[in-house]
Amino acid sequence: MASYDFLFNSTGLEGWCDTEQSSAPTSMADLMAAAQGTEVEITAWDFPFPSLDALNESCGKIPETRDLTKGLEDGFLAMKDSLRFVLDPITEPLSWMLDGALYLAEVTPWWIVIPLLLLITRMISKSWSLTIGVGASIVGLAFIDHYSYAIQTLSIIFVCAAICVLLGVPIGIAMSRSDRLQRAIIPVLDMLQTLPTFVYLIPLIFLFSVTESKLYGIAIILYAIVPVVRLTDLGIRMVDKDVLEAAQAFGMTPRQKLYQVQIPLALPNIMAGINQTIMMSLAMVVIASLVSAPGLGVLVLRGIRSLELGVGLVAGLGIVILAIILDRVTKAALARVNASQH
Amino acid sequence: MTEPMISIRNLYKVFGSDPKAAMKEVHAGMGKEELREHNGHVLGLKNINVDLQEGEITVIMGLSGSGKSTLVRHFNRLIDPTEGQVLVKGEDVLAYDELQLREMRRKTMSMVFQHFALLPHRTVLQNTALAPVVRGEDKSEYEPEAKKWLERVGLAGYEDSYPHQLSGGMKQRVGIARALTSNAPIMLMDEAFSALDPLIRTDMQDLLLELQVELNKTIVFISHDLDEALKLADHLVILKDGEVVQQGEPQHILLNPEDDYIVDFISDINRARVLRVRSIMEPLNEKIEHSGEIQREDTLEQVIAQTGGESSGTYLVKHEGEPVGELQMSTLVRSLVPQKRSGH
Repeated sequence: MASYDFLFNSTGLEGWCDTEQSSAPTSMADLMAAAQGTEVEITAWDFPFPSLDALNESCGKIPETRDLTKGLEDGFLAMKDSLRFVLDPITEPLSWMLDGALYLAEVTPWWIVIPLLLLITRMISKSWSLTIGVGASIVGLAFIDHYSYAIQTLSIIFVCAAICVLLGVPIGIAMSRSDRLQRAIIPVLDMLQTLPTFVYLIPLIFLFSVTESKLYGIAIILYAIVPVVRLTDLGIRMVDKDVLEAAQAFGMTPRQKLYQVQIPLALPNIMAGINQTIMMSLAMVVIASLVSAPGLGVLVLRGIRSLELGVGLVAGLGIVILAIILDRVTKAALARVNASQH
Repeated sequence: MTEPMISIRNLYKVFGSDPKAAMKEVHAGMGKEELREHNGHVLGLKNINVDLQEGEITVIMGLSGSGKSTLVRHFNRLIDPTEGQVLVKGEDVLAYDELQLREMRRKTMSMVFQHFALLPHRTVLQNTALAPVVRGEDKSEYEPEAKKWLERVGLAGYEDSYPHQLSGGMKQRVGIARALTSNAPIMLMDEAFSALDPLIRTDMQDLLLELQVELNKTIVFISHDLDEALKLADHLVILKDGEVVQQGEPQHILLNPEDDYIVDFISDINRARVLRVRSIMEPLNEKIEHSGEIQREDTLEQVIAQTGGESSGTYLVKHEGEPVGELQMSTLVRSLVPQKRSGH
């Protein structure tokens, strides 16, 4: 009846197989054939690839493919408790930081937050025109009652991007000093960057409860940490060999070389990495609204879910404005570093 | 002669995956080309023996690939030799641990680089003060010192500029000021003037000679330019394919080349401008009537100018007012033509 019967018949394994073979029809074609009382003719054209499912039709002892995914799931569930036992305390501070930042953004009145943001912009970029542009954008968002959403999104980005930099720069430095470590980490970075973002939300949902803020925090950090690590590594590796040699010839210790030569000379690259990291946090914070991240993403989600076109579009526009602000401010800082070196 | 400041003894450097094994083949007599074809190792330096005297400028000269930059990096151990000894003031530098080595680099040797190698994120003053900063000295101590040297190399007023705002020649002046601020007795200069325009290069050479008169440092100068080498050198070492072909007083090498390679090398230079009276003069002979006086340190060019192109007669050679020898003009003219080595 099934395509690979001959294989088990000819090798004398049908006895081993038969014990558990079910006679339930498995495909639509089988069902129709059973209803019409005829057998399905298998021509050479339809001859199936010897996959697990095809072999299972002939021999019940062979596992089906869904057993594989089922096994993965069972394995993960079995590991879940011990994994949680380790990861939960480690990641708990992330929840505190995110909740703290969101709480702070909520309780601080707008007339403190907005001037503060402008002051930071002015300090980083040293440009009045940019500061005015940022001010106009935020006031505009506030005017159409998107202020609290925008500030929530910004709070999450600040916390996550800061953690990305705190973790990513040291990892990048370590990578730049050891070729072996670099070879080990690059595939991980590639994977984090190419995995569809929803894919690492799935195991995270199993590990932590959807109401915990660290759930989206981790998702954002995993996604956004990649560029700052890569560019730190690249930046330090690209530091002029002549300058390093001079540092050595004048008797610098490895620590002096790192802090006085390598990091300052790699700074333009590190800053470019930070810029990318912030932009990617912003991209992820929208997706993370699926797992209860507050902010503009929630409005976008509402627009999709209940087909409120206007709400979704305006929130999307708000995200674009935030993206432009963050990009311009970090780029201005980068340009300042570049100008002092070249 | 006093103890040399730096001595290089039987130094070998092999580049490759297993230099020790390759060294055995070098000792068995394998040459540079054979070694590369045979097991892919490059013989960078072969049996180098050089003594550098205190207060002298030693120029190590050779074409690119001759190993001169590799050699100078052995002095402060930016490169470690495969075999041989490096003695600084009689101490074996190769026996130093990390700490002693750093100490030596901080206090005994400074270095000037071909491409300047200034820190782009620091001002000219901060760059100049690199050595004391690395040593952890106090700002109030080193700043006047750094400023003094910047002024000495002609860069007063540029303290707060950044390197990218300076021209190549100015950058190298900072490089020299940086080396001088370290107050190290030994100064390594790796093709320090090669990246500069010819006119600026001449300026810098004059600056170096001028500074050397008052500082009396032990200078190792790497160059691929024979004119520069002859101008600066007290002691000239000529390298070819990682071997010393000839070394000695530059005038002596010019008049007595030991090798066809050297003969080719020196055939193009302006001998009248390089050779000095002292190198070709003869002992004083009282009986001869002298047609005039010339100075011992004059170049032949100056003598020719002074005598108005005359090719006969004998001149009295004086040094600091004392007669020290005499020079026949026919000898002078003969010395302007490079001698072929005997048998060629």
